[in-house]
Amino acid sequence: MAAITIDDLRGNPRRLRKEAVVKNVFRSAAGLSILISIGIVLALIGRTWSFVGEVDLGTLWGDNWAPRSDQFSLKALLTSTAVVTGIAMIIATPLGLGSAIYLSEYAKPGVRRTLKPILEVLAGIPSVVIGFFCVSFISPNLVQRFFDSAGTFSLAAAGVGVGILTIPLIASVSEDAMRSVPRELREASYGLGARKITTSVKVVLPAAVSGLVAAFILAVSRAIGETMVVLLAAGSANASQFSTNPFDEGLTMTAAIASQVRGSDAAVSQSVVDSLYFVGFTLFAITLILNVVAERFVRRVRQAY
Amino acid sequence: MALTTIAVGGRTAADRVREELTAGGGDAAGKAFQAALITCLGIALAIIVFLLYDVWGDASEVLPSRLSGLLSGQYTASAGTAGIFNALRGTFSIGAFTVLSFPIGIAAAVYLEEYAPPTRFTRLINVNIRNLAGVPSVVYGIFGLSILVERFGSFTGGATPIAAGITIAILVLPIVIITSAEAIRAVPRTLREGAFGLGATRWEVIRTQVLPYATPGVLTGTVLALARALGEAAPLLLVGAIGERLSDRVGFFDPEGLRKPFTALPIAITDWAKRPLNSGFFQNSAAAIVVLLAIVLVANSAAIVLRNRFEKKRG
Repeated sequence: MAAITIDDLRGNPRRLRKEAVVKNVFRSAAGLSILISIGIVLALIGRTWSFVGEVDLGTLWGDNWAPRSDQFSLKALLTSTAVVTGIAMIIATPLGLGSAIYLSEYAKPGVRRTLKPILEVLAGIPSVVIGFFCVSFISPNLVQRFFDSAGTFSLAAAGVGVGILTIPLIASVSEDAMRSVPRELREASYGLGARKITTSVKVVLPAAVSGLVAAFILAVSRAIGETMVVLLAAGSANASQFSTNPFDEGLTMTAAIASQVRGSDAAVSQSVVDSLYFVGFTLFAITLILNVVAERFVRRVRQAY
Repeated sequence: MALTTIAVGGRTAADRVREELTAGGGDAAGKAFQAALITCLGIALAIIVFLLYDVWGDASEVLPSRLSGLLSGQYTASAGTAGIFNALRGTFSIGAFTVLSFPIGIAAAVYLEEYAPPTRFTRLINVNIRNLAGVPSVVYGIFGLSILVERFGSFTGGATPIAAGITIAILVLPIVIITSAEAIRAVPRTLREGAFGLGATRWEVIRTQVLPYATPGVLTGTVLALARALGEAAPLLLVGAIGERLSDRVGFFDPEGLRKPFTALPIAITDWAKRPLNSGFFQNSAAAIVVLLAIVLVANSAAIVLRNRFEKKRG
């Protein structure tokens, strides 16, 4: 009987070589994501830098966004973005959270299995479709009916549309957070004689609060980054006045970027093109910060239970 | 003696006990709360139904009477003859590029779940992917414009379906990685350990155990990503999709179209939705939405069927 040597345990070299090749291929696929991030940052930073160099930065706090006449009021864009996001959150937070509490705490398993996928259908509807719905229904039949001062296009109509778009996001992230609250907490609460409403509101919600905050922040970030709904429903081709009135037309940061390219002809000056990169960089920075903060909150839920 | 038999002032003791326990008169607050929750969910679901109803109302002037004309027509200036042939072609090529990127996403997910050592670099990649998933789609558009259309213009041909397809593929890559990684994470550890115990190498374990088991989950994630890719419009605007002036006549599967100016279904919808409400184009836009939703729906149903089949095989 031959003794087993180290060589016998080393394994078939062909198999090992294949193993190493496969691992490296997979690793480079994962590494690609880093390259993409670097690409995005580089694409944004270069032109943003030249924009800052060639433009009078005083106009950033002016009242007019009109790149073709060298007026770059970031203030006007930020205000419109805040108005749209605010309206969206007023609509999406109660509806999304209410749906989540119902699905997580009240719905029987069978009901939940049917209703949840239907809600996910809403998440799968492309944003141009919601934009169309804003123009064809929400603006004439809701916004203009109840608010006489509103025109065909308004930030309010866009806000409602963006709100609809973020309902499923809030619902699914909050539901996940509430379902990850251990059952023992609920049972202890019932054992102490608490009613269902008390258990849901005073035990489950506080226990899941980090996740709920995360859901809200993610929704804000999504609302700020939404383009097509605003482009279709909020009006304003490629210039915009500073206004806090939700029934005015307006340009958000995203719409300013998208409409800039749309209307572009050969004659636009360098600073017009660069302004698009500048707004894009601002948008990127804001959403990145929000996402990082939301991620912190999500991780807190995972660590707690 | 049973409680029910003692009656004081017309009420049984059982009634009184129940009253004491429920703090009198049932749980009104609880019922109201539950009703409010159902209303929230009801509104959310009603919005979907109403949205579809509204779109169909506008589309019914075009569909089904002019379906074939719409599908085969060019992007003309007259609403009665305008069609979405080129838009469909563009959306099809973008979808094809997106599907081509799926293996990359799945490979990355496999690396992160099966190979990656718990180092700082791995954590960086993970965080980076989650952040990429949250980057607004217009920003991907700027990336496409600056890198793919301008810097690598000689490769992509400028504002072409190639540049648009790669941009959208990059946009959905993080979603593919995240959902695939979740599916792979859900594979029971015992399966892997059994295979390792029989002397399989890591790749053999992945190929024969992990991937087959994770297929349903991976499939669902990739199809959701595809649906997202087909409906995305904002990045295409930046990469240079054009609407009205597109007059090239190229066959649907003709690769020559990849080097030419392009449009896509969401772009056609956007352009037409900007026209006046009674122009006929607005109705075309609704009809194009019906076509887009049908494509997305077919993709989703295919995913569900495939998932069920794989799940059955898994037993």
